Amino acid sequence: MPDEKKVCLRGSALTKVFAYSGQKTVAVDHVDFNFYEGEVVSIVGESGSGKTTLAKMLLGLTSVSEGEIYFQGEKRDIRSQKKRKEYWKNIQAIFQDPFSSYNIFRKIDAVLLDCIDLRGGRNLSPAKKVELMKEACSFVNLKFEELTNKYPFELSGGQMQRLMIARIFLLRPKILLADEPTSMIDACSRATILDELMHLRNEIGMTIIFITHDIGLAYYVSDTVYIMEHGKFVESGSADEVILRPQATYTQRLINDVPKIHEEWDLSTV
Amino acid sequence: MDMPELIAKVDDKAKPAAMLEVKELTTKYITRYKEDVYAVDHVSLKVEEGKSLGIAGESGCGKSTLALSLMGYYFAPLHYTSGEIIIDGRNISGMNPDDVRKSILGTEIAYIPQAAMNALNPTRKIINFIEDVMEAHDLSVTKKDVYERARQFFARLGLPAEVLQKYPVELSGGMKQRTVIAVSVMLLPKVLIADEPSSALDVTSQKMVIKMLRSLMENDIISSLIFITHELPLLYNVVDDIMVMYAGQIVETGPAKEVVLDPLHPYAKGLMGSIIVPEQGLRDAKLTAIPGVPPNLKKPPAGCRFAERCKYVRPECKTNSVASREASDGRAYRCIFSEKELREFYRKEAD
Repeated sequence: MPDEKKVCLRGSALTKVFAYSGQKTVAVDHVDFNFYEGEVVSIVGESGSGKTTLAKMLLGLTSVSEGEIYFQGEKRDIRSQKKRKEYWKNIQAIFQDPFSSYNIFRKIDAVLLDCIDLRGGRNLSPAKKVELMKEACSFVNLKFEELTNKYPFELSGGQMQRLMIARIFLLRPKILLADEPTSMIDACSRATILDELMHLRNEIGMTIIFITHDIGLAYYVSDTVYIMEHGKFVESGSADEVILRPQATYTQRLINDVPKIHEEWDLSTV
Repeated sequence: MDMPELIAKVDDKAKPAAMLEVKELTTKYITRYKEDVYAVDHVSLKVEEGKSLGIAGESGCGKSTLALSLMGYYFAPLHYTSGEIIIDGRNISGMNPDDVRKSILGTEIAYIPQAAMNALNPTRKIINFIEDVMEAHDLSVTKKDVYERARQFFARLGLPAEVLQKYPVELSGGMKQRTVIAVSVMLLPKVLIADEPSSALDVTSQKMVIKMLRSLMENDIISSLIFITHELPLLYNVVDDIMVMYAGQIVETGPAKEVVLDPLHPYAKGLMGSIIVPEQGLRDAKLTAIPGVPPNLKKPPAGCRFAERCKYVRPECKTNSVASREASDGRAYRCIFSEKELREFYRKEAD
């Protein structure tokens, strides 16, 4: 974490209510948070805890029912399409399913060229563009020569997810929101992806927000952990504090239910 | 019967019986371009009565194909090539698929495929589903008997009897999965093969499923369990022995504790080094990542299949095929290096 902590993204009493013919479901219930610059934050919760709804609000993909989001100290304003595009230059996302994250009709070159254009590189020479793409691919240990002229579906899940990280490398956003980025790929590729994300964080100093149900993963990558239950944060703090000395019963149960290697896994408690 | 023969018989009794024994089983997929893909290549394994075996490996290594192959029930594009499958002394390899379905599946060996719970018919109640299962096995029981039997069976497994009268949509994911498992073992099979039975569930439901699988063993409903998952911490907590699979071959087998905490094969070592659990010390540990991708099984490499990705590769690894070799504590692994040499590599690396 940087010495001088500057708040990058702040939420105050953020709420999302889904209403359907008189029935109201409060998916996210008055949550407050401060995500600092260059920090890795994890939001951990089980299915239905509201973590993905929160992520969608942060990304501006769904409206906020109540409360405010502050981006770099100012109230976030994404009411017009132009402003929304401006905001998306600062916040990018990696989703769970790499297979549905790409437009299947567009080649990998086009995917990467879009990123260069978005960063204002539209008028660069083709040679320079190729150089940038090569750099981005080699950052995630992919070979651009092997990818060029291919479609995303010709890659494996792990490679697709790494191509996503290459995109982020080109875009250099302030915030990266990763919604279960490794839940669909196996353990060996998972280590590679996590290491590359951490490397990228150090390289461009961005904030990473992990949305995950995997408490072990949250412990491994994060500086700060937020535990979410029924739309509320039940516990938050440094990763060591929350995972090794959990206070809330929900956190204790969550940790207790995960199979472990060096500690006894207590099956009697369900 | 003279004396030596009698002694041999008694000895046989004393040894735990192999519930499922597989010898050099090879099965292949034939693609529509008539290419052969050897997804299970000369796999041998043995599960004793009362024991459980785990199969680990990354996606695409052949875990699920092995599970399918173990049933002896083959349908295109999967084809049987060679090898033997012996369930409780009965050789089922090469049997007619229809016979396997009638007399083996469900009664001798039961299989729970990945995401089995999603296959429940949404328009039929659980009890109707059970009636179908019973009917398929030619059991001339009345509906009343089926209900009574199902009720008793569910009670024995600690599942509420109300579940029987419900539609699948009315049940939670965890409950659906436990229901599917319960129904799959209602005919008391000897061996249960569970392929990722808990991977789509949250941690609490996962724990309940695991607890149920354990109770099936403890209550002698099944004699042996084969558990397939890529989640190593889970496997470690459930099974007695672990087999690590890579590109259709078994690269290491042994007791769960030894394989997870002290792996020998370089691939197993890499796999164990990527385990993430919320325990003290995890944050300081460096996760190992294995570079590269598994080989294409349409043209499997001539030598060791892991050679392309192995840190300790020697030129001969890529040309000579590698046989499985015995190691200490009842383990076996497939590598040209001796146990001592491998341990030396790992010790150097750790320094």
